[in-house]
Amino acid sequence: MMHIKRFIFAGLIATVMPMGALAAGIGFPLDRAPVDFENKASLQRGAQTFMNYCLGCHSADYHRYNRMAIDLDLTEDQVRENLIFTTDASGEPTKVGSLIENNMPDEYAKQVFGVVPPNLTLIAKSRGADWLYTYLRTFYLDSSRETVGVNNKVFPDVGMPHVLWELQGWQKPIYEKATDSHGEEHKQFVGFEQVTEGKLSPKEYDKLVGDLVNFLAYLSDPYKLQRERTGMWVLAFLVLLAIFAYILKKEYWRDVH
Amino acid sequence: MSSENVVNAGSFSTANIDKGRRRFLIATTSVVGAVGVVGLATPFISSMLPSAKAKAAGAPVEADISKLEPGQLVTYEWRGKPVWIVRRTDDALKSLSSVVDKLRDPESDESLQPEYTKNTWRSINKEYLVLIGVCTHLGCSPTYMPEIEGDWRGGFFCPCHGSKFDFAGRVYKGVPAPLNLEVPPHHFLSDNRILIGEDGVA
Amino acid sequence: MSKILENTLQWVDARFPLTKMWEEHLSKYYAPKNFNFWYYFGSLALLVLVIQIVTGIFLTMNYKPDGELAFRSVEYIMRDVEWGWLIRYMHSTGASMFFVVVYLHMFRGLMYGSYQKPRELIWIFGMLIYLALMAEAFMGYLLPWGQMSYWGAQVIISLFGAIPFGIGDALTLWLKGDYIISDATLNRFFALHVIAVPLILLMLVVAHILALHEVGSNNPDGVEIKKKKDENGIPLDGIPFHPYYTVKDIFGVAIFLIVFFAIVFFAPEMYGYFLEYVNYVPADPLKTPEHIAPVWYFTPYYAILRAIPDKLGGVIAMGAAIVVLFFLPWIDRSNVRSIRFRSWMYKLNLAVFVVAFVLLGVVGIKPPDEPWKTIGIVCTILYFGFFVALWLISKYENTKPVPERVEYDAH
Repeated sequence: MMHIKRFIFAGLIATVMPMGALAAGIGFPLDRAPVDFENKASLQRGAQTFMNYCLGCHSADYHRYNRMAIDLDLTEDQVRENLIFTTDASGEPTKVGSLIENNMPDEYAKQVFGVVPPNLTLIAKSRGADWLYTYLRTFYLDSSRETVGVNNKVFPDVGMPHVLWELQGWQKPIYEKATDSHGEEHKQFVGFEQVTEGKLSPKEYDKLVGDLVNFLAYLSDPYKLQRERTGMWVLAFLVLLAIFAYILKKEYWRDVH
Repeated sequence: MSSENVVNAGSFSTANIDKGRRRFLIATTSVVGAVGVVGLATPFISSMLPSAKAKAAGAPVEADISKLEPGQLVTYEWRGKPVWIVRRTDDALKSLSSVVDKLRDPESDESLQPEYTKNTWRSINKEYLVLIGVCTHLGCSPTYMPEIEGDWRGGFFCPCHGSKFDFAGRVYKGVPAPLNLEVPPHHFLSDNRILIGEDGVA
Repeated sequence: MSKILENTLQWVDARFPLTKMWEEHLSKYYAPKNFNFWYYFGSLALLVLVIQIVTGIFLTMNYKPDGELAFRSVEYIMRDVEWGWLIRYMHSTGASMFFVVVYLHMFRGLMYGSYQKPRELIWIFGMLIYLALMAEAFMGYLLPWGQMSYWGAQVIISLFGAIPFGIGDALTLWLKGDYIISDATLNRFFALHVIAVPLILLMLVVAHILALHEVGSNNPDGVEIKKKKDENGIPLDGIPFHPYYTVKDIFGVAIFLIVFFAIVFFAPEMYGYFLEYVNYVPADPLKTPEHIAPVWYFTPYYAILRAIPDKLGGVIAMGAAIVVLFFLPWIDRSNVRSIRFRSWMYKLNLAVFVVAFVLLGVVGIKPPDEPWKTIGIVCTILYFGFFVALWLISKYENTKPVPERVEYDAH
């Protein structure tokens, strides 16, 4: 009996490794994204960056501005004045109760980019926040890609241009020669070198991307805080129920001999 | 379980039961369980309320009345229902006092309207009448009949079952509709703009 | 007041066997007094079934079974519908917890020989429930219309294409109702998922319980309690299901709900095992995700499928892995039910089976690389080997003497 139980637990432990690890197949080490939904200031800054730089081409139209207002501690007027830059079908500014849609028609996007840029509402779920955080900071100049001249470390041969280049400036990778265990020489990536300065220092840029990724993570899981708060109450209640149920069971089972 | 039906079987006996304790435990566990059921039912029931999408679609509607001619009616849509804005002429306003004895609820005591429109002309500004264009009988949309001629003092007529309303949407006696037409919450954003669906700031 | 109740009850009883059913299945259904931890999972499976039906009903109020709208309508439920996220996460967690509970329930049956004579039909009804449950879960997984929904269904439906003589191709075309998985497929899977299979499941559950109550419950000692009765016909080792096991099961339910809601509120995706992250990308018939893995409860069979390097062979092996379970009552030729009184060979065999099954589950999640490939092949052999070994061991093993009465310490 005992050893069967032990086998089961061993199996369970072997299984409890996040599936997310599989998603990042390219092997570039990911940096940890500073995700914190309690940090409203960070989320607000992230929303600002998102509306300015991402929403031009990408949409986030599973979510609504007014829900975002509630979750980011903003009033609807603040959202209307500072975060809504799009117009609706009638040419009026988009209403605060609307979905966060972009103004680029799918047909046009297809012509320009070849594909419709993915909806970003759930991107932090499908890609993972760490992936996004690393991705947005590892664009580099690559002359081998003739048409675009830009590449990315976690998403090789990516179609998206480096939209934030004005802020980050341009960087190029540094390689060193290294010998592997078989004694063969190969190029090893050791870091980036700044080629042209951006408007932001590297530290400021990391912070900007961190805020943006925090916001994207929020977009993908807007009810997380509410969920966890409710969860504490529900679990506390269930423990109480279990205690009562246990005493009741004990009382009845005194009849059994 | 009364003492007559005590069971004494091979593996259990109900002979030495502390009935009070048992009743107490059942009661407490049941109460806790019932709280849980109610707690769990609440989100399920509230999931059937209007969603964020429905609420966004039902958001207040802004109406521009700068181009409205005297006697003219415009229709706006709010929460899927027609909302009328009528710019009443002086004759129309005068007719309101002449029909009072023929009305079922002239003071609008039983009818639905915001407190700030519970007056003779049933509006904030005498000239502009705002009404939900849905008959209080069975939900048809009445027709605007502004001509004052003969017995007809002007107002609205419902083609479905012949209900008649005056120029303030007040229902006549002897027709099937029980109440005056409903006035939606609204307020003036400026002289020329009305926001339908929201009370003004008090 | 109690007089009115009594009269009402009499009125009903004259027209409908309410009291009779209550007594037959609860207050005078005598169950062995020595049920242990493993006996919680039957009632828990019933609880999860109820959770799935109730949450399912509320999901259908907002879900749209349309290729253009399905993915969006799920996000609508998750964001725009009040508490929609709770209902949806309860349903998705419920799907996985159903299998957790059912696998443990089945393992209990294996350990204590609950499938042996005269409980063969209970086992077979149970297996049919398991099959219906797999169909239900598979079709339900298509409905969010994400990438994993789409490509998972693509792979599973393609399995039927392995059937030779042109039957396979005709069958897959018929199942899909189109040349690819499309709106037509989604729409029919929805119909089957919300009406057809749940109806079958409910009927099978009734049959499962009726068959159980006809022959009576087995127990951890595998002793037949009906053999020893007192003068009133009550089994000496039996206690009425109600109130003793109802209060016990209520406690079990409370503990289960703690685990269930801990997942719902704190890890609804269960790190990608209950809801796969790739499924947050809408279905795209032109682009396969890099790595397709079925949800965890299917992975043991998926691993068996991949262990056989032949398309038809793999499908047959996978089917056989499930079908062979139906024959368990006849494969096990022993007269001793419980693991407690069986030989060390039997115990080892069962332990190896459990390890093989769990490892197959892990293999099915991993990409088809070494060492998982080899492990998959070895475990497939061990999986089928269990039944062969059981057939042999059960005939010749040295069992310990089974006691006359169940062992129970009232402490």
